Amino acid sequence: MNKRILNKRLDGLFKVLGILTTVFGMLVLLVLFIDVFLDGASRLSLGFFTSFPSRKPEAAGILSAWVGTLWIMAVTAFIAIPLGIGSAIYLEEYAPKNRLTALIEISIANLAGVPSVIFGLLGLGLFVRWFNLDRSVLAGGLTLAILVLPVIILSTREALRAIPFSIREASYAVGATKWQTVYLQVLPAALGNIMTGVILAMSRAVGETAPLITIGALTYIAFLPQPPVILSGEFPFIRVGLQGLFDPFTALPIQIFNWVSRPQKGFSVNASAGIIVLLGITLAMNSIAVIVRYRQRKKTRW
Amino acid sequence: MFRKNKFQKLKEYLIEKLLFLFSLVSIFATVGIIAVLSFEAFAFFKEVSLLKFFTDTQWTPLFVKKHFGILPLLCGTLLTTLIAMLIALPVGLISAVYLSEYASEKARDIIKPVMEILAAIPTVVYGYFALLFVTPLLRKCIPGMSGFNSLSSGLVMGTMIIPLISSLSEDAFHAVPMGLREAGYALGSNRMQVSLRIVLPAAFSGVCAACVLAISRAMGETMIVAIAAGQQPRLTLNPLVPVETITAYIVQVSLGDTPHGSLEYSTIFACGMFLFVMTYFLNIVSYKLRKHFQQVYE
Repeated sequence: MNKRILNKRLDGLFKVLGILTTVFGMLVLLVLFIDVFLDGASRLSLGFFTSFPSRKPEAAGILSAWVGTLWIMAVTAFIAIPLGIGSAIYLEEYAPKNRLTALIEISIANLAGVPSVIFGLLGLGLFVRWFNLDRSVLAGGLTLAILVLPVIILSTREALRAIPFSIREASYAVGATKWQTVYLQVLPAALGNIMTGVILAMSRAVGETAPLITIGALTYIAFLPQPPVILSGEFPFIRVGLQGLFDPFTALPIQIFNWVSRPQKGFSVNASAGIIVLLGITLAMNSIAVIVRYRQRKKTRW
Repeated sequence: MFRKNKFQKLKEYLIEKLLFLFSLVSIFATVGIIAVLSFEAFAFFKEVSLLKFFTDTQWTPLFVKKHFGILPLLCGTLLTTLIAMLIALPVGLISAVYLSEYASEKARDIIKPVMEILAAIPTVVYGYFALLFVTPLLRKCIPGMSGFNSLSSGLVMGTMIIPLISSLSEDAFHAVPMGLREAGYALGSNRMQVSLRIVLPAAFSGVCAACVLAISRAMGETMIVAIAAGQQPRLTLNPLVPVETITAYIVQVSLGDTPHGSLEYSTIFACGMFLFVMTYFLNIVSYKLRKHFQQVYE
């Protein structure tokens, strides 16, 4: 009888331990948020967003950093999203069971486990040197696109797999072709979950630092890539071009890294302010993903 | 009608081929990584013998007197990984047991998304946290601790990895058939006994898979160690002094102006190759363990 009471106590203790370990991560998260906020909130102002980096910490801002991040994300999204969703559709809906398919699957599984800094070495060897893109927006965007590609493929495949086969059979039964079935039935039904995966993948790309440093992205830059649309006073008043793709860039996480690694106090305050912006972007994207997933789950009726 | 049909067929064919080409990109990327790494690493190993690479105890490629022994970098990598695992494994595992065996459905629905946030924070932020919050805090308790050290970066890295271990282990616990638990309860066990003596051993290979994957992740982690662990490759197990990991070295060289084609430049590819091979091996082990685990309960 006594032993049973002891065991019951132990069980209670273990439960408490379980709760403690589970909230441990959240507590650290909370401390991190408070620490960053206390350090950096005072530095956040309009000028912080509209100034270039500077040798004087009070005058430095994140203009080139957030514009660079925007450029990189645009390139990454433009390449990785169609490639990722397309690959996933092929593997789930079309691919025959053969050696080549198995090889594709192995490659994706392998890519998903490669450390991000290795993608940077790939970008450096392939895009920067071989394709001669130099340390440009395009090289950075391509590198991150390959980094998030497996993430998008894996989540899209999961989303497609969740669609019951009866939906496809019904579509075939009324005479639809394979692509019509995929495009008109399967994709719309899976769209919510695909979107969730894509947003999460992009939010990962926003914070990636190591691959961009490895391809040689500059840490100090006082100009912007040429904007895609330029308005001018002369005819034809508007110029559209993607010359900016070949300009050098910096990005928000790189700017933060640069500031963190400087000893002066003023720069670490700047780093905290930059982190608040970066965390804001990451958390916003994650929340959107969670909301999209939640709404999809509510809508689903099978 | 007939013509439309033909057009339709062509369109179907083209779409299928296009999607096929898309999926080939993954193969190209994998081949690209291996090709780039081997090509540059080959140039390195033409100058430095493999034996020297693995036995020399000094790593000073950027100095005048050059040594190319990977051991100090490997030591830094293993040390930070070990510290990270000492935190992440117990915390992640116990919290997985709690989430899978104790917590209500509702609690899990709230806790899991928050845990996901922990994994979504950019690593440069964790680096900042390790260098400017954890290290000063530890230095108050441990006098003589250096401003750059493997302890604080390892601790923060461990915290970052908790969700990975926790969610993968929880998946493994879920796969254990309910019947095993019920049998335990029927014999008069309480929840802790069922969790620790039945569910945990039954899911052991799944938990190992999670653990190995976490080690692989910790070895490849870059920004935390590049910011907070220092840039001094040394052969030590002392967690209080600066060390340098393989990944931090790659970052250090990338930040400098090392000329393309020089031996220093090719060192980062040799390091990358070494890291790639190690993480690849760990990922395969993790995958096999997971497959083994899935087969047991099919």
